[in-house]
Amino acid sequence: MNSVRLNILLALGLFAAMLFSLAAGKVWVAPSTWWSDDLAGLIIMELRIPRTILGAAIGAGLGMAGAAMQGYLRNPLADPGVFGVSSSAALGAVTSLYFGFAMTAWLLPAFALAGAGIGMGLLALLAGRSGSLILFTLAGVIIASLASSLTTLIISLAPTPFATTEIVTWLMGALTDRSWDDVKLALPLIATGMVFLMATGRSLDALTLGEDAARSMGVNVLRLQWLAVIGVGLTVGASVAAAGIIGFVGLIVPHLVRPFAGHRPSAVMLPSALAGALLIVVADSLVRILPSVSELRLGIAMALLGAPFFMILLFKMHRELA
Amino acid sequence: MKLAFDSLDLTLRGREILKTVSGQFQPGKVTVILGANGAGKSSLLSCLAGLREPQGGSVTLDNQPLFSLDNRERGRLIGLLPQRPDIHWNVDVKTIVGLGRLPHSGRWGMSDADHQAVARAMVATDCADLADRKAMRLSGGEQGRVLLARVLAGEPRWLLADEPLASLDPAHQFDVLERLKTYARAGQGVIVVLHDLTQAARFADDVIVLKEGNVLAAGPREQAMTAETMGEAYGVEIQMGTSATGEPLVVPVRRL
Repeated sequence: MNSVRLNILLALGLFAAMLFSLAAGKVWVAPSTWWSDDLAGLIIMELRIPRTILGAAIGAGLGMAGAAMQGYLRNPLADPGVFGVSSSAALGAVTSLYFGFAMTAWLLPAFALAGAGIGMGLLALLAGRSGSLILFTLAGVIIASLASSLTTLIISLAPTPFATTEIVTWLMGALTDRSWDDVKLALPLIATGMVFLMATGRSLDALTLGEDAARSMGVNVLRLQWLAVIGVGLTVGASVAAAGIIGFVGLIVPHLVRPFAGHRPSAVMLPSALAGALLIVVADSLVRILPSVSELRLGIAMALLGAPFFMILLFKMHRELA
Repeated sequence: MKLAFDSLDLTLRGREILKTVSGQFQPGKVTVILGANGAGKSSLLSCLAGLREPQGGSVTLDNQPLFSLDNRERGRLIGLLPQRPDIHWNVDVKTIVGLGRLPHSGRWGMSDADHQAVARAMVATDCADLADRKAMRLSGGEQGRVLLARVLAGEPRWLLADEPLASLDPAHQFDVLERLKTYARAGQGVIVVLHDLTQAARFADDVIVLKEGNVLAAGPREQAMTAETMGEAYGVEIQMGTSATGEPLVVPVRRL
């Protein structure tokens, strides 16, 4: 399929999904009442619109981060989580929850970004200036496991059962009750991160032929590494700050997009962002509609969807290798 | 445009790979780099391609230091065909060949000139009919042609190839070498690392023989590629002769 047409199609789909997301929820709000001054108008303005925008931004950021990571690592199973950025950001956020800082609105995001920043710094320090792929991946794995163990430590040390519940619930990832404040914090950070990621496109294409060939064609692997680290750090850090850990988006979306967009890494980026946004907005609408007592957490829903997808992917790869 | 290296010192992990070596290459000719495993052939090639900066000495293009060039500028002048065929995503052949234009093309995609260069490279390597095939699904010989087309598409002044014959059958070996020779005869420089001595003797105009990080012999093939230099470079006894049709033969007969 023509890539322009694919992007337009996905954008239209996203627009429709966002409209649906405004109407859908525990209370169905018909479009005719969206501009009224009563409760329905209030729900739309103060709850549904920020939640939908935030969902789209997070989905776009995670989708593009996944596409960029897979291109950079030349591994279709890579995910922003691999680099430990999500877990580092979560560790930062959980630290602020532990100290009860969540009362002040901007502290949790600040801690999450600081966590992502420290994770990124460690990554650069461990991987060194070599730009070596294996070192980079190993460093990411180590940081991810360190961050999750520290997170577990903090949970076990939580002063009150209430704090424990709060942290665990937050970690599950959700878009429940997000406000305009969350949008104002996360949107600019995610957008900036996506600009960095878009700048990696051509270098990622060159990497299709391996590192030596890419470098011989003028690709600066060190610059590429930094663009990827900063881009992923900003998009994933801001997403975690706003909604907790929502996994698998970065893994699933590029795979769904590739049959239509082709496999060239730069051609996968924008469609992955659009499809990621579409996926999160639709999934978040569905968890709101589901007739459960308390709302199904989006992070759990995505994991339930993502883990089997990952397994099917592995089986498929096994068959192709055999 | 002349490519030369002067007093190159390269040490990797405490091991001296290149020991103050110098030499030069002539455009219009095929220069073959020979030497035993670990003699420093690939390291020299990656210094020449600008991928590895030596600790001492310099690589120059028309007396301008290679490492003072901007990466993309260098990518336009020097094309490298790495040793192992490396294709990571399931993309079609014309996309792979098009990647060779990356050092030339602007941020917003390929120009008409880029598309023409890609088409020429695919014709020159006989892969025009493969254009829409998936590169990963091709045979080894076909992949070799496609990756050569990728380098040719960049129209580099210097084409560097690291063991381009590995895993090719004789017919495909001839194809690749003929194409490299044609490229050199068109006025560009071609530098090839080879292990097949007979093929080297047939296709090289000049040779550089490396041994343990030193230049053992260099110059026109007839002078530098003798039974003595080959024997010393590889530590084997070499017999040189001519086939019934007058083609050179270089045969290792026993280990020294």
